[in-house]
Amino acid sequence: MSLADPASDTLAEPVPAPPGRTDAPTAPRIVPRRRTGQWTAAVAVLVLLTPAALSVVRNDAFQWDVVADYFLTTAVLRGLGLTLWLTAVVMALGFALGTLLATMRLSANPVLRGVSWGYVWLFRSTPILVQLLFWFNIGALYPTVLGIRTVNLLSPVAVAVIGLTLHEAAYATEVVRGGILSVERGQLEAAQSLGLGARRRLRRIVLPQAMRAIVPPAGNMLIGTLKGTSIVSVIAVQDLLYSVQLVYHRTYQVIPLLLVATLWYVLVTSVLGVGQHYLERHYARGTAGAR
Amino acid sequence: MSTPTVTAARPMVEIRSVHKSFGPLEVLKGVDLDVRAGEVAVVLGPSGSGKSTLLRSINHLEKVDSGTVSVDGTLVGYRRSGDKLYELREREILRQRTDIGFVFQNFNLFPHLTVLDNLTEAPVSALRRPKKDALATAVKLLERVGLADKADAYPRQLSGGQQQRVAIARALALEPKLLLFDEPTSALDPELVGEVLDVIKDLAHQGTTMIVVTHEIGFAREVADTVVFMDGGRIIEQGPPGEVLDNPRHERTKSFLSKVL
Repeated sequence: MSLADPASDTLAEPVPAPPGRTDAPTAPRIVPRRRTGQWTAAVAVLVLLTPAALSVVRNDAFQWDVVADYFLTTAVLRGLGLTLWLTAVVMALGFALGTLLATMRLSANPVLRGVSWGYVWLFRSTPILVQLLFWFNIGALYPTVLGIRTVNLLSPVAVAVIGLTLHEAAYATEVVRGGILSVERGQLEAAQSLGLGARRRLRRIVLPQAMRAIVPPAGNMLIGTLKGTSIVSVIAVQDLLYSVQLVYHRTYQVIPLLLVATLWYVLVTSVLGVGQHYLERHYARGTAGAR
Repeated sequence: MSTPTVTAARPMVEIRSVHKSFGPLEVLKGVDLDVRAGEVAVVLGPSGSGKSTLLRSINHLEKVDSGTVSVDGTLVGYRRSGDKLYELREREILRQRTDIGFVFQNFNLFPHLTVLDNLTEAPVSALRRPKKDALATAVKLLERVGLADKADAYPRQLSGGQQQRVAIARALALEPKLLLFDEPTSALDPELVGEVLDVIKDLAHQGTTMIVVTHEIGFAREVADTVVFMDGGRIIEQGPPGEVLDNPRHERTKSFLSKVL
């Protein structure tokens, strides 16, 4: 709307002229600048990408027929299902724990602050692969827990959930903490001066506003987690990657089966990206008018 | 000018030798102030004189280092036992704050909530009022500040003046005994100042007890029962606007007024 106003001023007419109308002597026609750069770039991209795309299609070593054969097999879909389930569980638990740790970190209680800081320090300073192998071999440290053998207590999937969640929570803590700190201090003071309790302030006033700063990095983490779950293949959890590996260890069709996994990862990641767009729009409400 | 019709035996606000430092900087150097029920006190002074800190210490947004603040005969933020002051639990302090409305310079409306939700949030969650009653009160308050048609708008869709009027209505929704204004018109475009001051004047005429920190001398002259001039963390002088504004006794008041008027 604000862009239309100066235009109508230069036309020196109360109503903007309809397109193509040139009869008004005071209204010189505006000719947009030629976008030569755009066209040059488009041609260059076409020239470079076409041979690459053709080679992918024509090179028989990609074995696209094998990709098609395995794309929707039960084994692959089961693996995909486990990957999605693991991603969802790890994200949910990781962010729940992360939110708790972030509020601890920002609390007035120095003990809670220290605990939260120590947690993030510990779980961020070791590789996730090491953490996962550590949890997998926890039975070596504690053979029995409450009289039950640890090996029986923790299945590989349980180890995957625990290992990934604890790691995820450390990063989620920093994301949530950053989001909370992005909320103007005056918001908290207003809530305090209105007598709102601490939990209400966090849930109703601070977190909804923090979400605007939390969603983009959290979306990033979600996509990272989706792909990162493939690490559980080292402890024989049958996720998407491990499922295709099981097939190609048998058939030696390494490339096409890796392509099956790749295509699924790309597909799911793209869908998540769309979801993130709508989530960001939701949490921008009340500010949409300003944009 | 409003004349207080209620003259309680005990002042609504009693501030006694309040000191406050931020690190090495002493912002309040022993402030005493009484505000009677129904009275409007306007606090003037250069920036850094401690006006805002004093105001914020009245509802315990700022903890004082020594001294006491009482509202309607109750100590704010502390419980006295013998010669000791014990800081209250947060829940008790929050409860006290519902009696003290605070209007901020930057409005501090909740941007993700509609105007109506801004007004009903505190009555419902802090005072446990039924949602229906809170809504009815909110609609009435919006009419009172002339914004009945903005109930479903989000704060950022409103002008600064309208936002501040909503913020005043939000403070009133708790039916406080006392209203505190921290430079309520300083963040506004000049042409929007009038509409906010009109609302505050209206409240003054209805006998609301208020302490207003402002730079609007005209407003002070028109509405204040008491004008308080602060400088360097102390109250330099106080009295009816006719005295303090027109015949200031203190040099610093004179030089401040000569720069502002």
